[in-house]
Amino acid sequence: MSETMPFRPSRREAVALGAGAAALLALRPARATPETMRAAIRELVGDAPLREGRMHLDVPPLVENGNSVAVTVTVDSPMTPADHVRRIVLFNEKNPLPQVASFQLGPRAGRAVVATRVRLADTQRVTAIAEMSDGSFRQTGAEVIVTLAACVEG
Amino acid sequence: MKTWALALLVALPAAAGEIAPADRRSGFDFMSRENQAMQQDDGANPGMLWVQDGAALWRDRPAPSAPACAECHGEAAETMRGVAARYPAFDAASGGPVDLAERINICRTERQQASPLPAESQPLLGLTAFVAHQSREQPIAPPEDPRLAPYRARGEALYRQRMGQLDFACAQCHDDNWGKRLAGSVIPQAHPTGYPLYRLEWQGLGSLQRRIRGCLTGVRAEPFPPGAAEYVELELYLMWRARGLPLETPAIRP
Amino acid sequence: MARALINLPSTARPGEVIEIKTLIQHPMETGFRPGPNGQMLPRDIITRFVCSYDDAEIFVADLHPAIAANPFLTFTTVATASGTLRFTWSGDNGFVQTETRTLTVA
Repeated sequence: MSETMPFRPSRREAVALGAGAAALLALRPARATPETMRAAIRELVGDAPLREGRMHLDVPPLVENGNSVAVTVTVDSPMTPADHVRRIVLFNEKNPLPQVASFQLGPRAGRAVVATRVRLADTQRVTAIAEMSDGSFRQTGAEVIVTLAACVEG
Repeated sequence: MKTWALALLVALPAAAGEIAPADRRSGFDFMSRENQAMQQDDGANPGMLWVQDGAALWRDRPAPSAPACAECHGEAAETMRGVAARYPAFDAASGGPVDLAERINICRTERQQASPLPAESQPLLGLTAFVAHQSREQPIAPPEDPRLAPYRARGEALYRQRMGQLDFACAQCHDDNWGKRLAGSVIPQAHPTGYPLYRLEWQGLGSLQRRIRGCLTGVRAEPFPPGAAEYVELELYLMWRARGLPLETPAIRP
Repeated sequence: MARALINLPSTARPGEVIEIKTLIQHPMETGFRPGPNGQMLPRDIITRFVCSYDDAEIFVADLHPAIAANPFLTFTTVATASGTLRFTWSGDNGFVQTETRTLTVA
């Protein structure tokens, strides 16, 4: 059985029970929300339209522990000097901060594919944005269900 | 919802007893495809960082005048192959069973005139993982040493003994109800096939003793003190119970 | 020094796209987590990773606390000529680590 779950109540349940609620709330950092994520994305792309398609975010739909979630982003691009991906940026909507990572690449990458492992504090939507060499942006996203939340050890 | 799951578990009948050899399954089999892939790719398995730590410690002298592990034991890939599959083993000098980490510390103090490495420290986890890694894919083969029998029997008794405020025995979850879910998590069979292992929950490498402490806390029992004999006794029984399963060090677990 | 694992082929054909995998031992302490005494543990993360191929930057990653402990990054590059790949991780508390690997292109 897990060390933190399921016999230990989750933070939410502890708060609901009123057990140490004040202390927990005092410690709880501000969280990103779908709105703060959208704001962070707007900061990156400005008023540019976000086109869907020709881009894939590969992330497991259900993860056993939010401390480490495999994420792969692939953009359909010839990756030539004239037409390539400049940047791939990852966002989330329920961690303390909406930013996850930003990857700069270029024609020398050969392929527009990056992979990493991220933390997800809760079940939420992950968004990937690609900045193309012509200055346009694409986006894609995926829902991830987290069965063991990250960031609640102790 | 979790309380409900717990109530369900309490209500479940205790059935099986020891798991038949054909039904024995590593915790690996219960993991997601992604976590299995993380374990199987040495370039992606973060436990390999600790194995590298251990490889360096194996080569390096602890002090200029003291021999390195490699100076006595040579190439670990040859001399350490299969060793972890036979641990815990009987240590004649201390007159009791020792686990692999303790064996490494006995070597340090007696052969290398160095101080023992602290339990759960990065160098001790690294050396233990490096040595155990040499037995990867080797079947667990507990020694038929009669001197170990009473300790293993005590370990089995502990495994079957109800403990803690929740009044659970290890066997109730891991023999009688493996494969079922407790809230979102699958209950594995509790075979120690990959220690020290990288647990996503720990965000690092940890020992079987650390894992057992977590289980004890889970059933609201007071964990045995660090280094207590109970841990090695439990490990003796768990390794016996897992005999035949291949070692996986460094395993990944959620 | 932190332990790092870098996986890439040692040889490649000209024009071949090679995959590079990197792992480094680092807690990536988020700054949002209380320690045993109830006080927040200060943030301690790697903020930037740069891969250069013969002094040209071919891949840069800016990392935030949402990157898992012991950061893992996978990316690709076109094998252009035999040369040196340089990998540098930098971050909080003056953390800097550089590793190099050679690639033979033939």
